[in-house]
Amino acid sequence: MSTASPNARLVSLTVNGRPVARLAAPRTHLADFLREGELLTGTHLGCEQGVCGACTLLLDGEPVRGCLAYAVACEGRAVTTIEGLDQDETAARLREAFTAEHALQCGFCTPGMLISARDVVERLPDADDARVRVEMSGNLCRCTGYVGIVKAIRRVLDDRKAG
Amino acid sequence: MKPVDFDYVKPTTLAAAVDLLAQGNGSVKAVAGAQSLGPMLNLRLVQPELLVDVTAIPELLGTREEAERIVIGAGVTHARLEDGDTSERTQAVLAQIASGIAYRAVRNRGTIGGSLAHADPAADWLVCTTALGAELLLVGTAGQRTVSAAEFVVGGFETMLAPDELIVEVRVPRLSAGSRWGYYKLCRKRGEFADASAAVLVDDARGFYRCVIGATSGRPIVLDDSRPLSELAGAAAVAEALSPTALAGDAFAIQVHAAAVRRAVRAATA
Repeated sequence: MSTASPNARLVSLTVNGRPVARLAAPRTHLADFLREGELLTGTHLGCEQGVCGACTLLLDGEPVRGCLAYAVACEGRAVTTIEGLDQDETAARLREAFTAEHALQCGFCTPGMLISARDVVERLPDADDARVRVEMSGNLCRCTGYVGIVKAIRRVLDDRKAG
Repeated sequence: MKPVDFDYVKPTTLAAAVDLLAQGNGSVKAVAGAQSLGPMLNLRLVQPELLVDVTAIPELLGTREEAERIVIGAGVTHARLEDGDTSERTQAVLAQIASGIAYRAVRNRGTIGGSLAHADPAADWLVCTTALGAELLLVGTAGQRTVSAAEFVVGGFETMLAPDELIVEVRVPRLSAGSRWGYYKLCRKRGEFADASAAVLVDDARGFYRCVIGATSGRPIVLDDSRPLSELAGAAAVAEALSPTALAGDAFAIQVHAAAVRRAVRAATA
């Protein structure tokens, strides 16, 4: 994580509810900071140019690309990774639905998919399937063909409406 | 890929930011959400010595409503515009544009000013602020100036920003009640940069008629005339408009850009 850089400095964040302070070079993006420094390897790195969505995590509760947010630029903010959503009710429902609907195969895209899916469920409770597809278009999956992913999100949206 | 080992500073005043930019001799880059610059850094297409983070500068962070226009701080994110009050016509148009940019995770960080400064020919704000007749407030060490969005971009990824200048505000004139707006971009995959795009604004009350063709590989093409929209949307008119660009004579480019204009016109007249 290039802490040997002369530009390295102490970066303080709240990670999954826990305060973290660690030396990081400014070029260290959040995903590397979390994976290599905190060993939170649930945040996956695919393209590292903002296209694939595998590194999507929550910054102050909003989904962002972990590869396009430098840790130093997030000083003082709260980061939630997939590991931090173990007790989250919406994420728990999504995990069940992803299993039931075969919404994953190899699992590489799944952490990013779950973070984005959770945002869709919470932000857009009335989303129809077409909207779900549009909103999930920033997360690439090479296994499923997306049908199971859309069905899983549909299931959670419908379940929440039913109470 | 990882970026080069740049330094980073986050000034809290506009004066400090432009001073830092001025001292950099071109090896310093201003950054806000890093959604355009970030990929360039990660791919080492840009190798700066210093990043100046402008997201703590108050002048860049607000929006305000004026009688004739809406003023948007350059550091306002696409997501904030997407979530704006859509009961007001101009804001609704801005929200519609913002909602089509990349993906929510990108829109949560990416800013209108950053997108304009990056000046990717296929970017949404470049085409749309030009079509809306927006002005940009630029501030540098020598003072400030106002330029139109149309003149701001001089070529692909090239603007008239001096090395020590920042975009501070984007000023969007309010659309008249009876005005007609249409924007369409052709993307083979949702959220990617457009293969072709076009925006149309017909505002009779203000006498403002503009069609802008984007994703031309250079600066947006501005057609300021009150020709009937059906004529503007014709393949011949689009081929003529593209003739001074790198796309001249490219049958595929002419076809997809003509389709973008036609669909923008359709959206404006629906």
